Amino acid sequence: MSIRVQDVTKKFGDFTALNQISLTVPTGQLTALLGPSGSGKTTLLRIIAGLEAPDLGNILFEDEDVTGRAARDRNIGFVFQHYALFRHMTVFENVAFGMRVRSAPKAEVHERVHELLHLVRLEGLGNRYPSELSGGQRQRVALARALAVKPRMLLLDEPFGALDAKVRQELRTWLRKLHEEMPVTTVFVTHDQEEAFEVADQVVVMRQGGIEQAGSPQEVFDHPATPFVMDFIGNVNVFHGRVFGGQAEVGPFTLSVKGDTHSEPRTATAYVRPHELAIERTASAHSLAGRVVQVNPAGAVQRVRVFAEEFGIELSVDLVRERAQQLSLKVGEQVHVRPWAARVFTPDQDYVI
Amino acid sequence: MNRRKFRSPLPGFTSTLSVTMFWLFGWLVLPLVACVLKAATLSPSQFFAAAWSSRARSAYWLTFGASATAAFVSVLFGLLIAWVLVRYSFPGRRVVDAMIDLPFALPTAVAGLVYSTLYVQSGWYGQFLVPLGIQGYNTFLAIVLMLVFLGLPFVVRTVQPVLESLEGDIEEAAASLGASRWQTFQQVLLPSLLPGMITGFALAFARGLGEYGSIVFVMGNIPFKSEIAPALIVAQLDDYRYAEATSIAVMLLIGSFTSLGLINWLEARNRRYAS
Repeated sequence: MSIRVQDVTKKFGDFTALNQISLTVPTGQLTALLGPSGSGKTTLLRIIAGLEAPDLGNILFEDEDVTGRAARDRNIGFVFQHYALFRHMTVFENVAFGMRVRSAPKAEVHERVHELLHLVRLEGLGNRYPSELSGGQRQRVALARALAVKPRMLLLDEPFGALDAKVRQELRTWLRKLHEEMPVTTVFVTHDQEEAFEVADQVVVMRQGGIEQAGSPQEVFDHPATPFVMDFIGNVNVFHGRVFGGQAEVGPFTLSVKGDTHSEPRTATAYVRPHELAIERTASAHSLAGRVVQVNPAGAVQRVRVFAEEFGIELSVDLVRERAQQLSLKVGEQVHVRPWAARVFTPDQDYVI
Repeated sequence: MNRRKFRSPLPGFTSTLSVTMFWLFGWLVLPLVACVLKAATLSPSQFFAAAWSSRARSAYWLTFGASATAAFVSVLFGLLIAWVLVRYSFPGRRVVDAMIDLPFALPTAVAGLVYSTLYVQSGWYGQFLVPLGIQGYNTFLAIVLMLVFLGLPFVVRTVQPVLESLEGDIEEAAASLGASRWQTFQQVLLPSLLPGMITGFALAFARGLGEYGSIVFVMGNIPFKSEIAPALIVAQLDDYRYAEATSIAVMLLIGSFTSLGLINWLEARNRRYAS
């Protein structure tokens, strides 16, 4: 079941939560709404669910306009950040709730609940109360409860936000697997870019009530449409400077900008990801001298911070393991840093080198 | 093995516990024991004659019946008021919230005096109600009205925190699962609020059993008709029949302990999920 959001605007008093949003969520895909708090991602999800009404615009499920329909008539599954389990009901009763209010036959309810508890790996815990479960278990009950009514789509509001890092990682992987087994159209809200990129087929980056970019994780990561997306997705080194005559002078570096025909100088900002910087022991053209201030072996990559005294900026550089071993950097050492890729954004246009 | 004496970092355990036990025995247990002992000076048949006379029975009936009715009404309205206070924000909400506690602070004699003048035929409410046949003075209804006034804050103050602790999203969860508003209320909200409502009922009921100061103003205190059990005790004392008075008191004690025990049991049954 595809979801179409058409020109949706939502205001809370003077605050514009959503400003003329349009978006299509394709059938059977997992879409992440990614953005900082206040970007409108949760409001959009709640409008799709029918828990909130848009001021303007329409919501379509396939070709059916559901804008005026209440949440309970939309046949959706919704998972809340804080689980929202019914605490006076056992796990079994929680999962059965949606079927019972629809007066499903007892035997069918029984069978389906057991099937779902098996799916979320909570067999044997049906008689527990939510207060007797861990956070991760509770969220899986919430998921089973949402799936019990065979929803047309699954909507998750920061589903793993309240869990600790390890459980979050586990549930993330599990959600992706579950989606592959049961490809129901899914939209989930997150502020964690890692989570979005790991789980989703489509990532929608939101900011201040608007959509900055929507696309596959690869697309968004490799070709960020705006400086905001660039900045929001992962660490980045930022240099401010000017562009003119096909050249960008950003901080310490001079980069050539293809296709720039403007003759008058304009302000520009260059973004370089930590893994797009190389560290060398000898100086070369366009390299920058600096002093190693921190070396942090964080798993697969080595994080190095280099302070360039000349410009008073600190750069973060990610080195792959082999290169890190080759260099075996020490704190205080003098090195030369050179970018091998960068994105230059001017206020009205952007260029990728 | 070298065992060191461990001193808890929390100071004053011995001294505070002593005060607690002293208070418990000196002010609570001992007077109650004295009351039972005084009643025990009567022979069983004398005790029975005093504590289970037809006059005493009609007084119990009035006291327990009116207290239970009032507690029940208090729960209904208390739930409604707590709901309004927690769920909606409106101008003056904090003032209303503060006013709920007024009956806690108001001398009961004042409340009784006010109510008695309100419901008599010439009173503000009485002038409209009495012609309709509604007697709010010197009737069962009069006691109930008085006790609801006194019992309501107990219910509001026990239900309010439970309502506040309920995440608003459980109602949204129920709606997203296809439940109607009524199903949500009846199957999700009400069961979650039940423990708080039971506690509120118990407090309002216990308050009603012991109430004397205001009731004597709204009732004629005529034996068999409008005499509550505490008023009967006072009547016995006026006749210097101390042992008889205490035997009625013992009956009241038994009644209130039994109902409190019952309610505690109900609460414990619900406690498993109310974490």
